[in-house]
Amino acid sequence: MAEQTINTEGLKAAIEAAVPGCRVEILPNGSPSEQHSLILDNEHAIAVARFLRDDPKLRLDFCSDVAGVDWLDFEVTEKVKVKKLIDGVETEVEETKKTVTPGYLEAVYHLFSMEKKHGPVVVRLRTANRTDQTRVPSLTPMWRSAEYQEREAFDLFGIVFEGHPDLRRILMWDEFTDYPMRKDYVPPADDDEPVAAIRESGQ
Amino acid sequence: MEQNKKSVEELKTELSKHGVFTTTFEELYNWGRKNSVWPLTFGLACCAIEMIATTMARYDLARFGAEVFRASPRQADLIIVSGTVTKKMAPQVVRLYNQMPEPKYVIAMGACAISGGPFRDGYNVLKGIDRYIPVDVHIPGCPPRPEALIDAFMTLQKKISEQQLTGEERPRHLKVDLPSEFPVPEYGEHGLEPTENAEVWNPLKVLQ
Repeated sequence: MAEQTINTEGLKAAIEAAVPGCRVEILPNGSPSEQHSLILDNEHAIAVARFLRDDPKLRLDFCSDVAGVDWLDFEVTEKVKVKKLIDGVETEVEETKKTVTPGYLEAVYHLFSMEKKHGPVVVRLRTANRTDQTRVPSLTPMWRSAEYQEREAFDLFGIVFEGHPDLRRILMWDEFTDYPMRKDYVPPADDDEPVAAIRESGQ
Repeated sequence: MEQNKKSVEELKTELSKHGVFTTTFEELYNWGRKNSVWPLTFGLACCAIEMIATTMARYDLARFGAEVFRASPRQADLIIVSGTVTKKMAPQVVRLYNQMPEPKYVIAMGACAISGGPFRDGYNVLKGIDRYIPVDVHIPGCPPRPEALIDAFMTLQKKISEQQLTGEERPRHLKVDLPSEFPVPEYGEHGLEPTENAEVWNPLKVLQ
């Protein structure tokens, strides 16, 4: 497919002009593919999606992928030089400063246009955290092809898609309560004792 | 006893030289059974492709009396668990096995069916079907070649022909008090419940 890349900066400006009040953030991709993504805010995501789908210049009529991503809390430790008064003398002291960014879950959509033969446009939606506020708006009303893939992201990551027509587990059974693709998922230590023992004994 | 058996064999050979065929009921019965094992039309993953190849002209499982793959468990004697058993599929496999009439046999085909194989550490794969149903022959391989399946089939035939109809050594299906149905695991909140049937599963113990 002869794909032409869409200028991300221009796209951001076009979205902001078309959907007043929305916040779009560009997440640059440093790899040679330069597939930068757009992080949308959850309140305006549906309106932006409708614009991306229906705008005559964009016509992103095909959602090829919906992927879930789990971002754990990450901690950045940096050394900061701080000036302090020690015994009345101002001295520079090095202090370690820890910043903890809370983790979140992310749904990544890859959009193409069959009509205009361009794409992909990568759109990301983020949840507030990964424990109790795991909601993002569903884009299934805009692209029907997102339906099963959003169910899969719900099943394996626990992202709740608001407005999804049929949000049930799709791969695991309904009684299952865990989210196995999350990074902190621990499988039940059911039944692996013989193998665990062999591995420990180093044979 | 051993002496007795030997002389019986000698007598049989001697009689056959004179055109007299002698046999025992047990031998005849087992000979008939081992040459008409009907497998269940049942495949789970890539091993099933090898199983299908085994039944086709090149390898021709029909030579062993197993050409009829029955589409109903009620008409099948053998279930070839050919492929990865996911935890979601495991109850159905046990249920199919339960629906087969006795005497019934199980071949666990390939690394996945015997242990979970490359998916063992995954969250969704059963670590061997022998946790829930009694397996007669295990075939390693990923996937095993048709020759390996034929070898397993011949091993099963040998096992059938050696089964005694009377005495303490008789197989499970001739012991009235032993089960022919096995508990079907249920979907739990974190995995299958129970995680194994302790009466069936005899894992290797590590001796320190």
